[in-house]
Amino acid sequence: MSTVSGATPLTQISPGRKRKDRIMRGSLMAGTGIALVPLILVIYYLIYKGVSSWSASGFFTTDPTGSFFGNPGGIRSAIFGTLEIVALASLISIPIGIAVALYLTEYGKDGRFANLVRYFVDVMTGVPSVVFGLFIYITLVISHAGGSGFAGWKGSLALSLLMLPIVIRSAEVVLLLVPSSLREAALALGAPRWRIVWRVVLPTARSGLVTGSLLAVARGMGETAPLLFTVSLATAFTGNINGLMNSLPLQIYTDITNPRDVIVARAWGAALTLVALVLILNVTARLISRRSSMT
Amino acid sequence: MEANATTAIGGRSTLERSSASRLPDQVLQWGLTVLATLILGLIAYFFIRLIGESTKALNSFGLSFIFGNDWDISRSIYHGAPLVVGTLITSAIALLIGVPVAVATALYITELCPRRARPVLGMLVDLLAAVPSVVYGLWGVFVLGPKLVPAERWFANTFSFIPFIGGGGSGITAPNYFIAGLILAIMILPIVSAISREVLATVPAENKEAALALGATRWEMIRMSVLPYARPGITGGAMLGLGRAIGETIAVVLVIGNAPTIGHHLFNQGYSLAAVIANEFNEAANQPLHSSALFAAGLVLFVLTLIVNIIARWFVRRGTRGMRAPEADSDGAVGTGFTAAAPTS
Repeated sequence: MSTVSGATPLTQISPGRKRKDRIMRGSLMAGTGIALVPLILVIYYLIYKGVSSWSASGFFTTDPTGSFFGNPGGIRSAIFGTLEIVALASLISIPIGIAVALYLTEYGKDGRFANLVRYFVDVMTGVPSVVFGLFIYITLVISHAGGSGFAGWKGSLALSLLMLPIVIRSAEVVLLLVPSSLREAALALGAPRWRIVWRVVLPTARSGLVTGSLLAVARGMGETAPLLFTVSLATAFTGNINGLMNSLPLQIYTDITNPRDVIVARAWGAALTLVALVLILNVTARLISRRSSMT
Repeated sequence: MEANATTAIGGRSTLERSSASRLPDQVLQWGLTVLATLILGLIAYFFIRLIGESTKALNSFGLSFIFGNDWDISRSIYHGAPLVVGTLITSAIALLIGVPVAVATALYITELCPRRARPVLGMLVDLLAAVPSVVYGLWGVFVLGPKLVPAERWFANTFSFIPFIGGGGSGITAPNYFIAGLILAIMILPIVSAISREVLATVPAENKEAALALGATRWEMIRMSVLPYARPGITGGAMLGLGRAIGETIAVVLVIGNAPTIGHHLFNQGYSLAAVIANEFNEAANQPLHSSALFAAGLVLFVLTLIVNIIARWFVRRGTRGMRAPEADSDGAVGTGFTAAAPTS
């Protein structure tokens, strides 16, 4: 900035240009302000409406009763259902995602097939989550795979399809950052490729891989549409992933359309819980990545 | 173990590994290749199954599944024009509102704001993407929608002479195209902003310094050397945002009104391709034609987002080409980037 306004200009900048500069700079700044308004409003309303339902008795310790009248119950089964479904989805998508990223950086490199894989992974990130839900519905739910129609593990599969491209892309970026001099040093010492991958590449990239995976988990946790077609909704607390399960997003979704105020209040409380979980994952991921970039 | 492998057999060099100790390497390489192939195969399989499930509806209605304006469950007629139009209108609103704001944030963060505030502002904009869509829906239904209705009525009455805007007057109610579009605008903002920032970061400092040295103001520098260079990348980012907007389901189904008709103006209730799937999915479960129609809606949605994404990726790759190249050859990359940007300005 000092290059323009600080030094003595050879010819004076005309007032018109100055004014335009000021107006445009102001509007860019205003645009940034406008972008942050919804974030502030959403968080404000979540806290304002959510905290009061958090303090309702048994909000975190009871399951939704499912009955239209009387006590609506809490969200315990929804929290645990979300954690179970997302944990299974992470167990599927993170190892496979990192493996594919390893293929791309260590073996496929700039080959034609690797670029094809890269391209389709990019395209996969843009596929709407509802379509992933439909995929699993068509292939696994209609055919009653595993003996039941809707099931928690099918929801996990739908979520892992959605998380997979995110894991692959973020892992590939991180793995590319591993200096090739490290790989070459290990090769020169006579180490086989699999050992280099296991002992050099993966440990070096660890914090970046964790960050990318956590962001993918955070993304999967908030998704509603894939679960709608694969898990459906139950109220009871269950550890059986081959049956109907409850989950926070679906609990919120069904509570919104309920005419009772108590149940809508529960939706706000559940939403605050969900956002809190997602934010914790996000912040953790960013802290890990910041720590690693400093060292 | 590798050391033992140096026992030379036949004409082999002593340093060459035995085939037994090379096995894990080959297993790893083939395993990873097969895995990558499987993922491509899986996508293809899903796509074929989706087409298979949609054929019933597509055969019964043909092209009128997309162009016919009559979605009536009670008569088992599924002509999806209201859905397609709703998807297009809401996505258009999202782009019109979301993209300028997103590009403004990207320009402000990369070019104007104090260096220390950059990561914080960037993180705050990114946090918009961390809010789940169902939470945006919840907020849209109970906060944004009701609060916006008076403003929408005033707007429709004041500008009633403009087609597609006027006409509703005081009959405007909360779920409508505009609210859905506005929610979508908020939801696509972080991705458009993130990609724009990524692209803006690749603009060579020489281009900017040259403009400043010639006496350009900050804005003139942005207009003359930053924007022309970054235009393809920003276009790609906007199209990725469009893909998101087209496919967004849960937030839209909550705030669009779910009326299977083509609205006459911006503040009418409507429907979208994604919303119809989520909303009618349960009642369609036992009606083969209805559920096939919903699968066909999913297929249209899938193909639509696929096309948008393929075009978007092409733009983004063109836009960030200058960023990848420097690893190989920094001088050449800056040169080609500059000449590529020059004709567009």
